[in-house]
Order: sequence, then structure tokens, then C-alpha cells
Amino acid sequence: MMNAFTPPLALALVDIGRIISLTLIAAGLLWLFIRAIKLKEVERRVIFLFIFISVAAPILFPTVFKEKATPVVKAVFDKIESLPPGSKVLLSYDFDPAMAPEVQPMADAFSRHCLVKGHKIIYMCLFATGQGQFTRTMENVIRPEFPEKIDGVDYVNIGYKAGNEGVLNVIISDFKKMFPTDVNAVPYDSIEVFKGIRSCKDLDLIISIGGGRPGIKEWVLFVGDPGDVPIATGVAAVVAPQLYPYYPKQLLGLLGGVKGAAEYESELVAHYSRFKDSPTPALLMMGPQTLAHIVIMAFIIIGNVLFIQGRRKEGKR
Amino acid sequence: MEHFALWLAAFLTLGIISFLYKDNAWYKLTEAIFVGLSAGYWFVTLFWDNFYGKFWIGKGEHAYLYVGAFLGLLMLLRLIPKIGWISRWPLSFIVGATSGLWLINYFSSNIMKQVQATIFPLFSSQYGAGFDAGAATVIGNLVIFLGTFTGLVYFFFSKEHKGAFGYTAKVGIWVIMITFGASFGYTVMSRMSLFIGRIDFLLSDWLGMIL
Repeated sequence: MMNAFTPPLALALVDIGRIISLTLIAAGLLWLFIRAIKLKEVERRVIFLFIFISVAAPILFPTVFKEKATPVVKAVFDKIESLPPGSKVLLSYDFDPAMAPEVQPMADAFSRHCLVKGHKIIYMCLFATGQGQFTRTMENVIRPEFPEKIDGVDYVNIGYKAGNEGVLNVIISDFKKMFPTDVNAVPYDSIEVFKGIRSCKDLDLIISIGGGRPGIKEWVLFVGDPGDVPIATGVAAVVAPQLYPYYPKQLLGLLGGVKGAAEYESELVAHYSRFKDSPTPALLMMGPQTLAHIVIMAFIIIGNVLFIQGRRKEGKR
Repeated sequence: MEHFALWLAAFLTLGIISFLYKDNAWYKLTEAIFVGLSAGYWFVTLFWDNFYGKFWIGKGEHAYLYVGAFLGLLMLLRLIPKIGWISRWPLSFIVGATSGLWLINYFSSNIMKQVQATIFPLFSSQYGAGFDAGAATVIGNLVIFLGTFTGLVYFFFSKEHKGAFGYTAKVGIWVIMITFGASFGYTVMSRMSLFIGRIDFLLSDWLGMIL
């Protein structure tokens, strides 16, 4: 990974690589545009090839854009920031490896933020695969960056329970009934994080990270609204538009896709200098995202040119 | 072992991507492995969590767990075509229980609170002492209300879409199209993120090409 100590030759190579790949993409698109004017169709594999290059080039030659948190993302950041140290925050890992590229950066960023603020975190998941994803946070964030934090005292993992909304329907009134122990079989009553917590209503904030079912909708319907508990979320972009109606009354904030994650990471780095060298995968992903979107838009234009030219030709006949 | 896992993951990723060229045996093998692995994973998880973790351990304490186990057993009768119809009983129980569980919460959160969130006051004490909202808030509130209203008008088919009613419906279809556009944009971003994730894995973890 590039940083302040990267040799100048490597930086120059990256710059050259960026210029060559961008020129290649621009020239290719121009060539396809000219072909479209001449009514020559584009083979679908050519489109795939362009998308591949537009994704691979910014990964090989990292291109990072500056991000600024939008109000909907800033609301989540400010909420965590405003809570006093020692507040109880529940992070629910409601996702699987398929969603991980989008939402794992959010999960890691939330963990970093809560731990640096001194909040106590309760990790759980409504997806069985969420446990594996939590292990990643444990290995990549908690152990290397917060070795002083103690399991059971500063955070606890209570794991997965089958039952979807049924689980939430129980923990809104009694945590212990559904989670008598944590994943290490430590009894509920001897876990320090749970001191003073009987149900979800005693939590200061709940954040559901995911994008499928069960997920944030279930959290809002079965815990947030009936229990009047502040809820925020970080979700895969594909479901974000369905969740905007809940903001700001039923959801205090929302991170939609990798863009939301990148905004949160940038906010975190801007506020805490200790995270300057921490991995920011979402910010790195915004390079390929941006270039791939530009290429897709270019293909929409090329497609429309083909369509209009085709209609003109038919009209002449 | 770690190297084997890495190469296996790369082999399977490339197998899935190979479909973009054309349907082939490599893709089919990868797809079958994925489906089989998912089914196996869920079977094992639910067996240990539900059957063993809840029923087997708790059966001594809670007799009602036998009812659940019995209904679960009835579900398996679907495998015997002659008496497969009995599996509809546990299914109807599931449908009934789920409806009961969702009805109140859904009505309260997705209807009552959503209606409240649609019609915001333009002048209210919630905006401060002056009772006046900022220009952006006023415009935002109006857009939400008018967008919802015109969208609903579009789906009102008992009256012909003509005159003022027709114009309102036309605004509604624009609102719906813009909403679909936003959804499409987010979907593209979502799918692209997954693709970026795999390409990043191939170039970085597998080939080690990242600087």
C-alpha cells in the first residue's frame, strides 16, 4: 500500500500507469462512439472488457478522491461522537461475504470510532455468516489497533441466533432470554459490558450493518420504533433507496454503499490523526467506482447514439 | 493450506467471471459448488443452532418445544407425495404466526409513522423560536409531500387521466421515474462494489500486484 514512505520511482510509475490507462479508456470509448455514429453495434464482451479495465486500473494505480460527509452520514458520525465515553453501542453484523466489500469497511469504521471514543460495544448478528465477518473486524481492527481493549469489558461478541425478527422481538424486552452467554460461553451476568443492560431499551445506540433480510427494516420495526431506541445503519447500496423514507425520524442516519462508507472513513481520518495510516478500503474503492460509472455513462450515451442513428436510418427508408 | 485456499478462491472467482465470455463447464462447476456449499452451510448452522441448541438442550425444561419439533417433522412429509399435503399445516402456522408478529409493528412503523413523515409542517415550533424553517427544509418538505401525492394520483385508475388530474399524474410518473433512476444508480454502485471486491482480491491477494 502506498504511503509517505513509498519511493519516488514507484509514485512516478503509478502516475504513468494512471495516464496510460485513462488514455486507453478514453481512446477506446471515442473509437466506439465513432463506430456508433456509423451504426456499428458494440459487442457485449467489449463492454465487459472496458468495465474490467476501468475497475482494474485504479486498483493497480491507486486513485483516491477527497470525500466530504453528507448530512445523512454526518448524523451517524455526530451521534457516536456526542455519546459520553462508556455508552453502550450495539453493532449487528447482518451480512455475508457477498455483501462484505461494501459493508465490511463500514463495520470496521464504526468499531474504530466506538472504541476510540471509549464506548462499550456489543457485537451480534442476525446472519449466521456475520460471525465470520466479525472475526475480520477482530483480526484487522480490534487486535492490531486496540490491543488494550479487553473482551467482556470493552466489547463482547454474543454471536448469532436463528429466528430473524423473532430474536429482536425477544431482546426488546429481555437480552438474557435469547443470549444467556456470549460466544465464549461466559454467562450473561458476569459480562461487564452487560452491567445495567436488561434489554435493547437500555442501549444508547444500535447500528445494523447489512443489506438483506433480516436487517435494518426488522431492527426499525421491532426494536427502534417500539422501544424508542436510536438506530442507525450502514447498508449495501442496492437497498439504500428503500431506507431513505425512514430518515430522519425512524433512522438517525444512513451509510449507503461504498460511497457512504468512504464518507465515514474520511470523517474519521479528519477527526482522529491516529487513523491516518489505518486502512481505508472504501476510500480506495471510490477510484474504481468513479471510473466505472463514467464508463457506464459513456456506454449509455453510445447506446442512445446507436438508437437515434438507427431511427434516422429507418426514417430515411 | 493458506496458499491452497487462495488458489482455490481465485479458481472459483475466475470460474464465475468466465460466464461473461460464454456459458461453460467451468462456470457450471463453480455455480454448483456455490449452491451446494451455501445449502450445506445453512443446514449445519440451523441444525446446531435450532435443532440442537434450542430443542435438544431445552427439551427437558420446556415441553412446548416438542410442538415445534413435531411441526418441523410434519414439514418433512413433503418428501412423501401421498401424504405431502400434511406439510401445509406447519406452513399455515408459520404464515399465521408471522402475520401476527408483523401486523402491529408494520402498521405502526410503515404506515402511521411514514404518513407522519410525509406531511411535515412548513411553520412550526420545531424549527425554533421564529417558527420558520430554512428554504431548503421548506422545499424538501414540499417535494416529499407533492411527490408522494402525485405518485399516488398516477396509480388512481378509477378516473381518466385528463385535464388537471392528468397533469398531476404526469408529474407523478416523473417522480416515480426519478425514484427508479436513483434506485438503478444505487444498484449499479452496489454490483460494481462486489466486482471491485473480486478484482481487488485477484490483483492484490492472489497475484500480489498492488503497490
